[in-house]
Amino acid sequence: MLSAIPGCKGPKPHPTVNTSTDHIHPHASATPVAEPAESAGRLIACRDCDLLQQEVRLARHADAHCVRCGARLYRGTRTGLTTMLSLMAGCAVLMVVANLFPIALIEVQGAWSQTTLAGASLALWQNGRPLVAIAVGATTIALPALEIALLLYLLIPLRLKRVPPGLPMAFRLVLLVHPWSMMEIFLLGVLVTLVKLGDLATVVPGASLWAFCGLIVLFTMAASSFSVRDFWRWADSAGADWEGD
Amino acid sequence: MASAASRGLASCHVCGLLSHLHAQHEASACPRCRARLHLRKPGSIVRTWLLLILAAVLYIPANMLPILESHSLLENQSSTILAGIILFWKGGSWFVAALIFIASIVVPMTKLIALALLLITVQRRSRWAPQQRTQLYRMVDFIGRWSMLDIFVVALTVALVQVGALASIKPGAGSLAFGAVVIVTMLAARTFDPRLIWDAADYQQQEQEEEHG
Repeated sequence: MLSAIPGCKGPKPHPTVNTSTDHIHPHASATPVAEPAESAGRLIACRDCDLLQQEVRLARHADAHCVRCGARLYRGTRTGLTTMLSLMAGCAVLMVVANLFPIALIEVQGAWSQTTLAGASLALWQNGRPLVAIAVGATTIALPALEIALLLYLLIPLRLKRVPPGLPMAFRLVLLVHPWSMMEIFLLGVLVTLVKLGDLATVVPGASLWAFCGLIVLFTMAASSFSVRDFWRWADSAGADWEGD
Repeated sequence: MASAASRGLASCHVCGLLSHLHAQHEASACPRCRARLHLRKPGSIVRTWLLLILAAVLYIPANMLPILESHSLLENQSSTILAGIILFWKGGSWFVAALIFIASIVVPMTKLIALALLLITVQRRSRWAPQQRTQLYRMVDFIGRWSMLDIFVVALTVALVQVGALASIKPGAGSLAFGAVVIVTMLAARTFDPRLIWDAADYQQQEQEEEHG
C-alpha cells in the first residue's frame, strides 16, 4: 500500500529542478559532487506548491529550489556527522553554563539586583502570570534543551554506527520543537531591557550572557547546516531499516 | 506541470519523502519517519480561520490592557504596549522604540491581515499571483516568532526591578493576552497549507488539458 519512489519509475516527472548557486563558493564547480548518484533522478514534491519534480545532484553547500514557487526543495551535503555532533556537544555545555550564572545585573542607589535565565520565567510565575511564565520558560530553556538532548541522543549512536531506539519519533520531535525555541529572540530581549533600564540604573551584563551568546552562535550554525537528507543518509549508513527500502 | 496530489503521491510534511497514497488508506504513515501522511493538511482552512479569529479577538485586550503595572505609595502606573513604545521614543531610544513597534504592532497586524487574505483567496479559488502569495505565506511563517520580544522584555524587567516594600512592578494582564496572540498566530500559520494556493491553478490547467486532449 505504501512505497517510496525508487528511481524514475513514477508518473511523468517535470524535467528538472533549478539549482541555486547563490551559496556556492566560486570554486564549487571544481569540487566533486557530494550527493550519492542514486538520489539523482528521484521524484520529489515541493513542500509549498506540491509540484512534482526530479531531484538533481547538488554540489556541496548548494540548495535546490522549486522551479515554480521558489521554495527550497532540499539541501546538498553541508556538514559531516562529526561536525554536527561537535556543535551539539558544544551547545549542551554552553546551555549548562548559561543557566548557572546571572544573565544581567542592575544597581540602583547601592542596591544590586540580578537575574538568571530561569529567573526571568520565575519572576512571572511569582507575580501571578503562570501561563506567561510557562511560555517564557519553555521557549528559552525547556524546548531548546530538549532539542539539543534529542539531537545528542540521535547523533551519538549514529556516529558509532548504531541506530538509537525510537529514531523516527525522536527525529519528528526535533522538527516539531525547533520553531518554538526562541533563544535568539530572548537575547534581543536582554539587550532591549538593558537599554531600557540603563537610564534608571547601572546595568552590567552577567557572566552567563556570554555563554548564552556562544550558545546561540553554535545553535544557529548547527540549524543552518542541518540537512534532513544528510540526517537520513547517516541513519541509512548506520543500518536503519525503514519499510520503504 | 503536475502536482503530486493529482498523481496520488503524498510528500511527508516532516521528512519530505514522497510516497504513494491510496484513498482507502487515509491513516497511512510515512515509511521513513512514520509521520501521518496527507495529501493536504487536514481541515486546514477551517482550523486556520478558527485560530485566526481567536488571535484577532485576543489582539484587543493585548493592546488595551497594561503589559506592565508599577505600584508605589505615591502612584499607580500601568502601561500598554503602545504606551511603552511612546515612552522609549520620548526618552530618545528611537531604535529600541522602532524595534518594539515592529515586533509588537507591525508583525502581529501583518500576520492577521496576511493570513486572512490567503484564506479568502484560497476559498474563492483565486488564481491571482500564486507565487507572491506563497512568498507572503513564507514571510508570515518566518517573522511570527519575533513578536515574543516584548514578552521577554517584560519578564526580564520584572525579574530585575525589585524595588522593595515601597513599590513593585508586575506583569499586567496584557502580557497574557499578547503572549497568547503570538502563540495562536504561530499555530495558525503552521495550520495553513500553502499548497491550497496552487490547487486552483492546477485544477484549471487539468480541465484545459482534458479539453485539448
